[in-house]
Amino acid sequence: MDNDMVNVTIDGRKVSVHKSASVLNAANKAGAKVPTLCYHPELRPEGACRVCVVEVEGSRTLVASCVYPVSEGMIVRTNTDAVRHARRSVVELMLANHPPDCLVCVRNKNCELQKVAAELGLREIRFDGEKKKHPLDANNPSLVRDNEKCILCGRCVRVCSERQGVHVYSFTRRGFGTVVSPAFDAGLDEAACTYCGQCSVVCPTAAITEKDDAEAVWKAISDPTKHVIIQTAPSVRVALGETQGLAPGAIVTGKMVAALRRMGFDKVFDTNFSADLTIMEEGSEFIHRLKNGGKLPMVTSCSPGWVNLAEMFYPDLLEHLSTAKSPQQMFGAVAKTYYAEKSGIDPKNIVSVSAMPCTAKKAEAVRPQMRSSGYQDVDIVITTRELGRMIKEAGIDFAQIEEEEFDAPMGIGSGAGAIFGATGGVMEAALRTAYELLTGEELKNLDFNDVRGLKGLKEASVNIAGVEVKVAVVNTLGEARQMMERVRAKEAPYHFIEIMACPGGCISGGGQPAPVDGEIRMKRQASIYEIDRCSAVRKSHENPAVKTLYAEWLGQPLGEKAHKLLHTHYHAQHRGI
Amino acid sequence: MEQEQRRGSGGGKISGQLQAIFDKYRGQQGTLIPILQEAQNRYGYLPREVIGEIARTTDNPVSRIYGIVTFYSQFHLKPRGRNIIKVCQGTACHVRGGKKILNFIEDKLGIKPGDTTADLRYTLETVACIGACGLAPVLMVNDDTHGRLTTELLPWILDRYK
Repeated sequence: MDNDMVNVTIDGRKVSVHKSASVLNAANKAGAKVPTLCYHPELRPEGACRVCVVEVEGSRTLVASCVYPVSEGMIVRTNTDAVRHARRSVVELMLANHPPDCLVCVRNKNCELQKVAAELGLREIRFDGEKKKHPLDANNPSLVRDNEKCILCGRCVRVCSERQGVHVYSFTRRGFGTVVSPAFDAGLDEAACTYCGQCSVVCPTAAITEKDDAEAVWKAISDPTKHVIIQTAPSVRVALGETQGLAPGAIVTGKMVAALRRMGFDKVFDTNFSADLTIMEEGSEFIHRLKNGGKLPMVTSCSPGWVNLAEMFYPDLLEHLSTAKSPQQMFGAVAKTYYAEKSGIDPKNIVSVSAMPCTAKKAEAVRPQMRSSGYQDVDIVITTRELGRMIKEAGIDFAQIEEEEFDAPMGIGSGAGAIFGATGGVMEAALRTAYELLTGEELKNLDFNDVRGLKGLKEASVNIAGVEVKVAVVNTLGEARQMMERVRAKEAPYHFIEIMACPGGCISGGGQPAPVDGEIRMKRQASIYEIDRCSAVRKSHENPAVKTLYAEWLGQPLGEKAHKLLHTHYHAQHRGI
Repeated sequence: MEQEQRRGSGGGKISGQLQAIFDKYRGQQGTLIPILQEAQNRYGYLPREVIGEIARTTDNPVSRIYGIVTFYSQFHLKPRGRNIIKVCQGTACHVRGGKKILNFIEDKLGIKPGDTTADLRYTLETVACIGACGLAPVLMVNDDTHGRLTTELLPWILDRYK
């Protein structure tokens, strides 16, 4: 008999749940679907929206089940006249102050408010009162905030503070005037926002969305003078299927490539190629720092949300960041130089598009440092969500489409490049290459299991050529902040740290399809490692296209040309107060 | 320069004045609101730089402090006038023409409730009831109550407060 369990009766069915469970948890266990809006399984429950009300015997009023704790012998009813009536009234009041433009809303058919209203059978809105008026916040490259669509659930406030530790948002003012905003009503461009986009993933409505750049892509494709190429990030292929009705974690690489060709891209390339390139440069940089007493721990710089955090909160520690550009930007720089030269196309006519799991990548592409080719290296960044919508718009039957292969040479990637999409992947890819470069021996077991998995902080120690290389892998910006406080205090005994801004890494990045929970994240992660396992080449330095690139054109890693095209620098950002 | 100010690193003067307040509450829990109140008493309102300084010292996100400051009507983010005019909009004043009184002052001073004149002479506010319904319509300037108002009386009343 486990004393930590309590017995609860939900709609006449007895269930046994842990004493720390909420009534909502118990109801779900009993198979009763209770509607929710402000509740998010990965965030602290707040009980703000009151959609999840239920009857608890002996309680004077209906209770919000997401915050109401269970107790022994509790009798709960989730489906009574009073409950149904109250839920409808709650949602009806929300809709009375919500723009009635569902048909033309970007979240149409993927909106939690719409879904709850439909499931509750709401057929009219009896109230016609004052509607809130708020200007759009769209002065940044990544995210758009439309507070008129905000239902004040507070998920964005919680994800940004609890999980990301950035604290951009707060509830401000009160009563009818209540609005979620950064301090001093700043736009996200003025606030200390990293553009990680986790708020846009948890937002139940279209109050926070990615900036939609699909039109610019269509325009480029329909311009006959433009040569339009696209790179696709490693984690897009394990999440894009969800936007087309396929199961979470479905590996849709071939379908995605085929769909992109149908949409009209001239070449379909792979960010896995430039992820391998990143490993060549970043791995070589790490070895150089290790051998020559360079700044350690070295920290990865592939995640632009993390780079923004570093530039705003840790300007004194920027020397720790690898100068290697992210795969997106290496691809961009190489596309408008090497590829342009090889294919005889004037780089000014190349439009370089990237499909990313990330909203911060949109901001990374427009950094002034990212013009090594003489042009903006990456022209347009679309998220997985935008790509999903474009595929539908193009009338492509994604489920039926025949699989196709990426174009050569920049469509050739290794398994090491593929795992960049999950937390720990960059570290594992780097270790595979660093080991062989340092020891000159073949690495027998390629799987570094200690750095895999969804834990916030993972540590490992790897013996490379007699040196115990200590590494750490963190995901989420909240974990990143804790780690960087340790680095600042000189209490981080590592040589190499991988940081990804989003929970689980890019697989649940700010531009990935919603909803995401632990289970979906695990499925996407498993698919990433499955792609690696099935790859013919699993080490970046053995990628034939990368080898050719160095031999024919680039020279050595960290060489002069590589330095000019593939490395960058960081500077403090003064945003926020 | 503006960047500097927004980051609240505008110099040692602010820190010096706030230091005494911080010292008083050091090591105590739940002191954010008293600190904000005392800082406002010192500056007359809560300038950005002061909020930034309080955020850093108390280790609170600026967004959280901004949420608190905009929630409570006692806190002010803009400079306040030397004279605070509170025009009653309660039920009794309403039926006796309180709105007219308010509109007249708005027009005369060129400001809306919540605002302050550019010369910092007046701040205009409304209140729901000041418990002097027998004198309706009524307003207060600082601690003085003026009742049985007419628009003819208003210029003379306002003029007394320099």
